[in-house]
Amino acid sequence: MNTENNILMEVNNLKVHFNIKSDNAWPWEKGQALKAVDGVNLTIYAGETLGVVGESGCGKSTLARALLRLVPITEGNVVWLGQDLTDLDKKQMRDKRQELQMIFQDPLASLDPRMTVGDIIAEPLKTFRPELSKEAVKTEVRNIMDRVGLLPNVINRYPHEFSGGQCQRIGIARALILKPKLVVCDEPVSALDVSIQAQVVNLLKELQAEMGLSLVFIAHDLSVVKHISDRVLVMYLGNAVELASKRALYENPQHPYTKALLSAVPVPDPKVERGKKIQLLTGDLPSPISPPSGCVFRTRCPHANEGCAQQKPTLQVLSNEHQAACSRLADIT
Amino acid sequence: MSLSNSKNLLEVNNLRVNFRTPDGLVTAVNDLNFTLAQGETLGIVGESGSGKSQTAFALMGLLAGNGIIEGEARFNEQNILTLNEKAMNRIRSKEIAMIFQDPMTSLNPYMKVGKQLMEVLMLHKGMSKAEAFEASVKMLDAVKMPEARKRMNMYPHEFSGGMRQRVMIAMALLCQPKLLIADEPTTALDVTVQAQILTLLNELKDDFNTSIIMITHDLGVVAGLCDKVLVMYAGQTMEYGTAEDVFYRPTHPYTQGLLKAIPRLDADDEKLSTIPGNPPNLLQMPSGCPFQARCEFAKDRCGESMPPLEEYAPGQLRACHKSVDGWVV
Repeated sequence: MNTENNILMEVNNLKVHFNIKSDNAWPWEKGQALKAVDGVNLTIYAGETLGVVGESGCGKSTLARALLRLVPITEGNVVWLGQDLTDLDKKQMRDKRQELQMIFQDPLASLDPRMTVGDIIAEPLKTFRPELSKEAVKTEVRNIMDRVGLLPNVINRYPHEFSGGQCQRIGIARALILKPKLVVCDEPVSALDVSIQAQVVNLLKELQAEMGLSLVFIAHDLSVVKHISDRVLVMYLGNAVELASKRALYENPQHPYTKALLSAVPVPDPKVERGKKIQLLTGDLPSPISPPSGCVFRTRCPHANEGCAQQKPTLQVLSNEHQAACSRLADIT
Repeated sequence: MSLSNSKNLLEVNNLRVNFRTPDGLVTAVNDLNFTLAQGETLGIVGESGSGKSQTAFALMGLLAGNGIIEGEARFNEQNILTLNEKAMNRIRSKEIAMIFQDPMTSLNPYMKVGKQLMEVLMLHKGMSKAEAFEASVKMLDAVKMPEARKRMNMYPHEFSGGMRQRVMIAMALLCQPKLLIADEPTTALDVTVQAQILTLLNELKDDFNTSIIMITHDLGVVAGLCDKVLVMYAGQTMEYGTAEDVFYRPTHPYTQGLLKAIPRLDADDEKLSTIPGNPPNLLQMPSGCPFQARCEFAKDRCGESMPPLEEYAPGQLRACHKSVDGWVV
């Protein structure tokens, strides 16, 4: 299914560095670079869901924003359907945004509190297709509201009148009304309760099948990502450490970080949970301002040796659906 | 209640928490009953607004000013809900300690961590400064804080989230309380850090025989830690029993739905089963069972009266009109 022909987006050696100045620096001193995303390569195919997981500070949200050029890209490029997005000027980029949409983490904060639901959902249409008549806009809005499970009688209500799950449906309707090709979802269900989370995840899956969308689904919850993704990218401190098909990643994780991460997820089953062996990671996440030399995970890795400090491992192809970035893979299996 | 026995550390009877709000009286916790023996761990599970945190605040005497408590909570045979502030202060942290959800907002940002820890010991145990310092360092070591001595001199903002939560746990354990109330202690943390903290809590349970009330929305956390589980929905107890019973033989439609709605790492379902609808608004509670609107088994009877919490098997209680095997006419 994933062939050269249905590549939507190619990300090449993407780096996003933020310039950080310490509080007591002199005005003329140069700041330090915070390496939020440090050289990520990946390909997004049409119709697939790519899950991105990692802990806080691993750069997954920055990566999401960089895909849509919502943060300045320091190095590397993002190629969308053969066109390098980093070459586009502001106006050209704006046009491209019809095809690239985003769903945000905080459902309420991402909706304008002074706009009604109808206005919020219609805004993308009014911006990008001003030629549409009022009636046509109304029909489109009603259709998409129906699709995401919002009743037509809420069209004149304001966001604060809705629960978190309902607000997320509004956000989804707004993202999908232009019929985009790629939707980047940044922790779309993290703020929701379990019973509501399941509703929203199912909705996203249905809509994807129906509209042939590609999703980039970012989450820290590995169980949710497993449920929705076709392929999964694991990030640690701005670097991609493992990229594999869902099955390969969850059944046969290769990178020591992925293994630790998976073993730490609590399973709602008392016998399994009490009997399982957790690979506890020691220490804390290093600072992304001065990451460890060589492999960024080596300071917490149980298998690290001197070689790991010398050279930074890149993603190696293990099979056609599995890549991992670890120089000691052969020794630790 | 048959889950109770003579050696109960804590007995909560008909606990009710109301709040006076501009829109009227809101019942956050409605007739809660449970018991906890020394060394036992109880998990209170529920979604936002189910009243699980307010239960903890009520027990600690930390309710907001507009809160009204009814019922009783007998801790070592003494009703702690009617104690005055002075008497409660003697019990707090010495006998009952609490770990809060957000370690950053519950530590004092202007005070060195060491001082915050020593304060507890000097107040409750009358230790000298030097004694308190040594005891605090020892406790930080016990919660596996690296370089504990050096960290005594640091401020909370210099710690990572996981480290701050360790400080909170150390602080809660300084006086070796008999009961530890943990209100979503790992919700703000990453999974690998969460695993560290939960392992720590499990070790503490074994070492100090502390009773723990674990308040969480994460059923996975409960599965690893708790002996008993109480499932709350809109202030009411839906199901209460041992962890094995609740996880392997859930009988309340809400518990069943909740367990099925969680995406699991150890299963491969195409579609998640969902609980339709939203939790009820506490200001406009429907009559009868609060879960009826979302329950696939609901009948007329469910709208008429709230089913009582009844024991249907030894040690297993549920509040549902539907019998375990189906409807009784």
